[in-house]
Amino acid sequence: MLKPDKKISIEEILKDLDKYEPRRRGWTWRKPTPGKILIDQQYDDISEPLKHSVPLPAAKYFENIDPQPIQVITTEIASGRFEDDIRRMRMAAWHGADHIMVIRTAGQSHFDGLIEGTPQGVGGVPISRKQIRAQRKALDMIEDEVGRPINYHSYVSGVAGPDIAVMFAEEGVNGAHQDPQYNVLYRNINMVRSFVDAAESKKIMASADMLQIDGAHNANATAMVAWKVMPELMVQHAINSLFSVKSGMKKENIALSTVPPTAAPAPDLRVNLPYAVALRDLFEGYRFRAQMNTKYMESSTREATVTHVLNMIISKLTSADIQSTITPDEGRNVPWHMYNVEACDTAKQALVGMDSLLEMVEIKKDGFLPEKVRELKERAVLFFEELLAEGGYFEAVQKGFFIDSGIYPERNGDGISRMINGGVGNHTVYERDADYFAPVPAHFGYNNVAQYGLTEADNPADLIGGSTFEKREKIQYIDELDNEDNVYMRLQETAKYRDSSLIKPEVQWLADGVLVVDLTLPVSADYAEAAALEIAKRMNLKDAEVIHREILHPSEATRIQVRGTIDFDVDLNKLTLPQKPMLLSDQEIRDYVKDHPLTIVAGTVGEDEHSVGLREIIDIKHGGIEKYGIKCIYLGTSVPVAKLVDAAIETKADAILLSTIISHDDIHYRNMKKTNDYAIEKGVRNKLIIIAGGTQVTPEMARKQGMDQGFGRGTKGQDVASFLIKKHKEMTIK
Amino acid sequence: MDKKTVRQDDFETRRKHLKNMSDAKLKEYFWSLATKTVDPLIDLAKKNTSPAIERSVLLRMGFSSLEAKAIVDKTIQNQLMGKGAGHVVYRYAKLKNIGIREAGLQLINNEGWEQVMASFGVEKC
Repeated sequence: MLKPDKKISIEEILKDLDKYEPRRRGWTWRKPTPGKILIDQQYDDISEPLKHSVPLPAAKYFENIDPQPIQVITTEIASGRFEDDIRRMRMAAWHGADHIMVIRTAGQSHFDGLIEGTPQGVGGVPISRKQIRAQRKALDMIEDEVGRPINYHSYVSGVAGPDIAVMFAEEGVNGAHQDPQYNVLYRNINMVRSFVDAAESKKIMASADMLQIDGAHNANATAMVAWKVMPELMVQHAINSLFSVKSGMKKENIALSTVPPTAAPAPDLRVNLPYAVALRDLFEGYRFRAQMNTKYMESSTREATVTHVLNMIISKLTSADIQSTITPDEGRNVPWHMYNVEACDTAKQALVGMDSLLEMVEIKKDGFLPEKVRELKERAVLFFEELLAEGGYFEAVQKGFFIDSGIYPERNGDGISRMINGGVGNHTVYERDADYFAPVPAHFGYNNVAQYGLTEADNPADLIGGSTFEKREKIQYIDELDNEDNVYMRLQETAKYRDSSLIKPEVQWLADGVLVVDLTLPVSADYAEAAALEIAKRMNLKDAEVIHREILHPSEATRIQVRGTIDFDVDLNKLTLPQKPMLLSDQEIRDYVKDHPLTIVAGTVGEDEHSVGLREIIDIKHGGIEKYGIKCIYLGTSVPVAKLVDAAIETKADAILLSTIISHDDIHYRNMKKTNDYAIEKGVRNKLIIIAGGTQVTPEMARKQGMDQGFGRGTKGQDVASFLIKKHKEMTIK
Repeated sequence: MDKKTVRQDDFETRRKHLKNMSDAKLKEYFWSLATKTVDPLIDLAKKNTSPAIERSVLLRMGFSSLEAKAIVDKTIQNQLMGKGAGHVVYRYAKLKNIGIREAGLQLINNEGWEQVMASFGVEKC
């Protein structure tokens, strides 16, 4: 049982892993709660809430509600070390992810068999039974903690697809990518082998009720002119979808990985929306996994986030069963914890923000949109016609039909061509003899069971006393094969930082020591990069590297982000935490105010129109200090400091609450000092309690400017009232 | 660039036979073309097997990935893939009246192949 205030124990997960059994098979969708009312507002497209979660930052203004969209939300995690990924999965789950997709290590597609043990990966994790089992076990704990089932997902592709499918079915993996076209086009695996293997893989996946996602989105990411592959994408989706149905999968377990093919500065919706509509028309009854556009992702996390949001407008206007969240740092090839979390939040924020959209707007049924939809469908049909005229799928691939940068029937002659008798695994397909037999369930194709007295309705595994699908104890579990490259060695390396008081910053692995410095340098980009590296050097950052640059102006300034590592630890035992003020209970505050009536004067000072924060502190309806009987005189926003002090004198107030939000050039601190000075000048400073609050206010700095106390982000009325009373008591005694 | 496959967009001329088709008919036509594309691929998958498929059969029969790989490699060497690697193990277990795992481990140990081949009527090259 996980506790929110305790870290997940990797050692605990690894213990008795050989005996662990997955608790369920198959995919789980969210449970919609249409018409749900949360703080006076109706939501049409949200689902059952979580038991534990981190709500959006602005939720504090909305009683900390955390509405969950109806779409399953994906996060892609794989840093190369599965044990650190488990920690990130927990973070992502708290931010709303319920589909955890694990990326495979580079080169696994060409590994002919299962990888065993827990070697470290590159750009992903080596998918092995032990790693899968450990992560599924961890996710079982995490789903109990957040209170929603989590779907676990990886890839059934490469030259070991059927092997992996069996292992996934045995280990309770809930979803997987499976698309033979991916093997053929992007991994140069022989096409005959890929399709023969795929049918078996799909039949196995179907037997475990797994959700399948296809690989068509890769065409978009690979094509020279991404949006021109739209007709072909529909053909690819159709080939895999229909092949899957004919291999034994249910339509509702087949998801199209759809991607909006273009991105701004192109007119995003003008191109992407008709395509999305055309797909949903043609593929009625299938599921849609809305992948986001990665083709045009650069190193700007802001730009990637906007693309993501534009993509989600399309998801809302059409449909999406699963919403993907490519981490906004993918353009840098450094997916880090914080970006998984940010992407999940982006999805949650955008989807919840667009709740009820289709109650208010609808897709037009005439004009440009339906005309474009029709055109795309016709282009896809024409593609199929020529594919068949050329002799079928294999011939079409050989002739470079796919990933051509022309919008079909336009062709630019730059498609990916693969040979029927070529690629990895060529000539590894064997014709089944008349007496071919396999004594197992979920086996696709010809199987002469009659020779052993069985009918097609029987389970062939009855002849061997059951397979691993019926008798789990038959699974042969391998722990580790490599004495050096395994999780135990890695845990030893970081042992110093586990369950100890020592910490280092991290982005993906415990104690990796990585940090990012964000700099604005008043020079051109070339100089800025060199200067940033020099600054990093003088800051003692190791392995410094520029990961992002943005021209603010060709000569005025450049923004640079540098990553680097530090090699020192921080010992928590040597830190002094600022003392938390003792809070009085509501009753204690009320009782005191009853005997000692208090009046305060409040306002936002300077040229500052922010009012929300201060209203929260004083207004009775927000649980502010009025509820204790404290008399509040609110002067509004942009109040001159003199007016605030004069009003306090006039009304014989006990205290001033000044709010100051704008903080550039330290204006907030200067206004505090001005207030203090003016009160001294008027001879009232020792009779008045002066408190400053605002999002950028720190107590120490406020006190330095002469305030009695400062309150920052997250302050409640109770905090302020407790301080007021404490201070008032002190002053009365004096 | 392959010059032979370069073609200007001739959508307007190519689409003439589709132009007057209803949306429903067009959709039906799309899926009929998809079926024509996919059926031969499915047929191919029904009639053939591969090392990965046979390994997956052996995994389901209770062998480890390392054992499955060894059995399939030897099945290929002995030209018995057409029978199925799982079948080879099953046949040998029956011939010797031993358990499935024991049969597989003996085969990995190069025992029993001649018996199995003889029972299938396959001659060693």
